[in-house]
Amino acid sequence: MSRSKVVGFAVLIVLVLLPQSAAQQAPDAAPNPTAQSVTEHELLRQLGRIDGRITIPDAHAATLEQPRGREYQAFHERTLPWIGGIAIIGMLVTLTVFYLARGPITLDTPLTGMKIKRFVWVERFTHWLTATSFIILAVTGLNYVFGKRLLMPLIGPDAFATWSQWAKYMHNTFAWPFMLGLAVTIGLWLRDNLPDRYDLEWLRRFGGFLSRRHPPARRFNAGQKLIFWSVVLGGLILTASGLVMLFPLSIGDIGGIQTAQYVHAVAAMLLVAIMLAHIYIGTIGMQGALDAMVSGDVDVAWAREHHRVWLEEEGARTPDGPQLGAGPIPAE
Amino acid sequence: MARMKFLCDADRCIECNACVTACKNEHDVPWGINRRRVITLNDGRPGERSVSMACMHCTDAPCAAVCPVNCFYTTADAVVLHSKDLCIGCGYCFYACPFGAPQYPRTGNFGTRGKMDKCTYCAGGPEPDRSDLEYVKYGRNRLAEGKLPLCAEMCSTKSLLAGDGEVIAQIYRERVLQRGYGSGTWGWQTAYREAVEI
Repeated sequence: MSRSKVVGFAVLIVLVLLPQSAAQQAPDAAPNPTAQSVTEHELLRQLGRIDGRITIPDAHAATLEQPRGREYQAFHERTLPWIGGIAIIGMLVTLTVFYLARGPITLDTPLTGMKIKRFVWVERFTHWLTATSFIILAVTGLNYVFGKRLLMPLIGPDAFATWSQWAKYMHNTFAWPFMLGLAVTIGLWLRDNLPDRYDLEWLRRFGGFLSRRHPPARRFNAGQKLIFWSVVLGGLILTASGLVMLFPLSIGDIGGIQTAQYVHAVAAMLLVAIMLAHIYIGTIGMQGALDAMVSGDVDVAWAREHHRVWLEEEGARTPDGPQLGAGPIPAE
Repeated sequence: MARMKFLCDADRCIECNACVTACKNEHDVPWGINRRRVITLNDGRPGERSVSMACMHCTDAPCAAVCPVNCFYTTADAVVLHSKDLCIGCGYCFYACPFGAPQYPRTGNFGTRGKMDKCTYCAGGPEPDRSDLEYVKYGRNRLAEGKLPLCAEMCSTKSLLAGDGEVIAQIYRERVLQRGYGSGTWGWQTAYREAVEI
């Protein structure tokens, strides 16, 4: 045996017998291949989810595990129905109690018969476009959460699935007129909904709902402004989160879609509750309020009581003083 | 009855993707939909591991809980299945699934999804066992034929195990004791709320 071979053999023996830690050694003395391997527990602890590389075209399939799905399950099946139930039933109870205790808000002075234009047709069209879309979106949206609990036991799983299929299409489709209505609403009414000096007084006296004494207001009082800003902020939040879900995985990953769901569902529940109050005061809650959005004209007595400053400003806009006549304007 | 589970022994998976191909072929899975996939972690670095993943047929399945039309049901073998007649393609099960199992064909306007498709554990669907209708909607019902899921049956390294949870856990336990290492039962803690104690 040559000298070099002896040396080589010795090196080999040394290498084989080199002390390895017990943890890295399998029973057959082979090195432990898992000593450096990734572990599920460690990856989840560090990142909360496990992503890897994948050879199929669907890049989103590279997420191996996202245990947050379990949190989504808890939110969707426990937290969300409670939030929605409390917000909506709470609002309905409040409105019922208010209606029984206070009754509809009637005018203190008799109707004059003189009308003043409150909303032009573009405003009314935009309002009803947004309102119709919103109600369809609200009903079909609530169906996702409460349908299987309330409606399915009544009509059975097959009929409920057929309805829900159509509800899904309606929800996805009516999102677009809602977004259009929202955009035009902002353009039309933003200026009149900026805070002014009458708002604090209006809020302090709670709009005269309880005292029956109307605080002064311009075109929109502080309560209407709160409704406007709820619709704008809520609508924009719903639009942004809705678009994330309308085009799944085009913006963000699975975590982003879950966040969008949390935001969308909670914002929608709250906005539905707020809109119930708006619908109440616009219909059975106040005499003459619906006229403003149907015909566009309100009685001068109504305008004087609810929007005194606005009436005065409108009257002062013509050179000849208040033009409150109901008759048609003669064609020169 | 058995409690059916999947177990991927990542120390044996060689990322050959045969399970993926077998699944697609066995069930005529449409283009663009993968009921099973192989994900490689730490690709190209020391400690690289590949895991074959599909629906794990969870205990207290999140997909079934969040479904707005309750289209999911669990068989006597604890296999989580769903009805494509009831499914409306809302996507909630995908949001809730810890393993990304639910898949949807792209149909209709905007991002509208079609009826969800996922691993059936080769157990078909609500239609009569081994009927043509069942095959078209859900694929082969091998369980009704007394066979286990094809992906695991034909795994060349027997990395992917399918069968009664107790039995495959015992196989894995013996392997780990025999060879002296094991990187764990991937997904078990999340899916079944228990891992295999060695």
